[in-house]
Amino acid sequence: MTGYQSGLLVILCFNVIAAYAVYLPMAAGQLNLGVAGFMATGAYAAAYLTNEAGWPMGAAIPAGGACAGLLALLVAVPILRSQGIYLALATFALGQVIAAIFLNLDVVGGAAGYPVSAYAGPGAVFAATAAILAAMLLLSRTRFALYLTAIKSDPVVTDLMGVNVRAVQVGALTLGAVVGGLGGGLYAHHFSFVEAQHFNVALSIFTVLYVLLGGVQTVWGPLVGAAFFTLLPEMLRAGGGWRYVLFALLIIGVMALRPQGLVTAGARWPARLRGRIPGRPSAETGLSTEVSGS
Amino acid sequence: MIAQQLVNGLMLGAIYVLVAVSFTLSIGILNFLNFSIPGLFMVGGMVTWVLIGKGLHWSLAILGAVAAAGLVALAVERLSYRRSQAREPEVPLVSSLGFLVLLENLALVGAGSDQQAFPALVPDFNLRIAGLVVGGAQLVSLAVALALVLAISLVLSRTSLGRQVRSIAESRETAVILGIDVGRLVPAIFLLSAVFTALGGVLFALNYLQVSPFMGEGVGFKGVAAMILGGMGSIWGAVAGGLLIGLTEVLSITYLGADVVNVTVYGLLLAVMVLRPQGLFGRPPAREKL
Repeated sequence: MTGYQSGLLVILCFNVIAAYAVYLPMAAGQLNLGVAGFMATGAYAAAYLTNEAGWPMGAAIPAGGACAGLLALLVAVPILRSQGIYLALATFALGQVIAAIFLNLDVVGGAAGYPVSAYAGPGAVFAATAAILAAMLLLSRTRFALYLTAIKSDPVVTDLMGVNVRAVQVGALTLGAVVGGLGGGLYAHHFSFVEAQHFNVALSIFTVLYVLLGGVQTVWGPLVGAAFFTLLPEMLRAGGGWRYVLFALLIIGVMALRPQGLVTAGARWPARLRGRIPGRPSAETGLSTEVSGS
Repeated sequence: MIAQQLVNGLMLGAIYVLVAVSFTLSIGILNFLNFSIPGLFMVGGMVTWVLIGKGLHWSLAILGAVAAAGLVALAVERLSYRRSQAREPEVPLVSSLGFLVLLENLALVGAGSDQQAFPALVPDFNLRIAGLVVGGAQLVSLAVALALVLAISLVLSRTSLGRQVRSIAESRETAVILGIDVGRLVPAIFLLSAVFTALGGVLFALNYLQVSPFMGEGVGFKGVAAMILGGMGSIWGAVAGGLLIGLTEVLSITYLGADVVNVTVYGLLLAVMVLRPQGLFGRPPAREKL
């Protein structure tokens, strides 16, 4: 593998991890527009533990994920009082505030950035991404994933069925933040440098884009979306300055033809892989067949 | 000193007001977070600059820019919103963002990434009122912004068109049952929000005398913040939010330094979201389930 290829794969890995951080709350119908903030928290916390506390990388990165999760838990309770689009906008504000705070925090270098003393090679990044992906696949076969889909389809009915909707939503947001924090910590250790400017609103929004373009109906959607977004601009490199123009046209075209995302629950092979969960809520499947029929 | 900063903040806020009104129209009526708006803002500034560069009179140039933004907004309606309106509100967000990437990169290919100098259209006069200095361009911005907002608020509250628009915001299905031609009205709403955004871009260029392919992003996100702060769907809320964000920005630059602007602006936003999720002037989300 050439340096270019492994570099590209590493970027793909970071994008995939971020996509799953957004996917978890989105599977329950919560739009998280502030994932960069959770990633920044994980990155800075892990970097700080490595640099100042001398923790080994294997402990510092999960601790970074835990910090991001803790932060999500703290803010989820007041933020989740708001619903729907309000929640999305609250996470938007949160992401901006977190990034801006790190930019001004002199303990971790402020605007100059924060060098990290330990290094995680591409192999470690690939392994960690594979582990996170495996965890997501396992999670998608649990009742928790079923609750998420149910809440997304109809929170009121789910509530009536005895599911604690609020607790599941807080759980999904927190778990997503943990994944985002892990990705951030990994990012810090791979590039041996963190700068707050990287974790900007564009990162948050583009990550949401990966997930929505891939589709939120199955656990494979974020993977496909992140791969599409990472690899396609590289393939279009021959287009020179026009490549992002072509890329944007492709996004618009794909979403116009498949508003439900690239991978849907109606597709046969993921349905068989997911086999254990009988009968996805008919609202979802009904939607996708109706769309493909039109 | 502080009075002067208040004036500066209000003038900056006037530009945020236009963008925030544009977002609030889109989200309050159509439940669509239209991320192509920062792109339309840039189209407003850049196309005006290009047309003036081609020797057109400034009024024609501005008209051309607004028309260009309107065309793009119609394309967004057709390709992003209409294709996915029955589904979750976050879906058209993706392709509207696609439009933002498209517009920015088209501008990048056409004009390069440099800041371009915008000609000073408003004669460089300063009004001095009781020791305050108010720039001509600033005054024009505030006046245009307030006039536009007043006009849209009158249209929404007094005319038949406004009544139809409000009925869509209340319940789309009921509006259709009552015989409102939603298919014709929705493009009109997109056009309106494009006019507001593009004029915001023109005013920005007038004030700062520069345009660039990415000029819309910072202002666009502050516009979202202003819209949330004031309360989604509320025109006067967007006005209050825009002015408040402008004031917060200018005051924190003056007294705390430029680095903390995002902390104060978005911190204020987060505090409001936690304490009063519906924003300062918004209706509580009573119709939401649960």
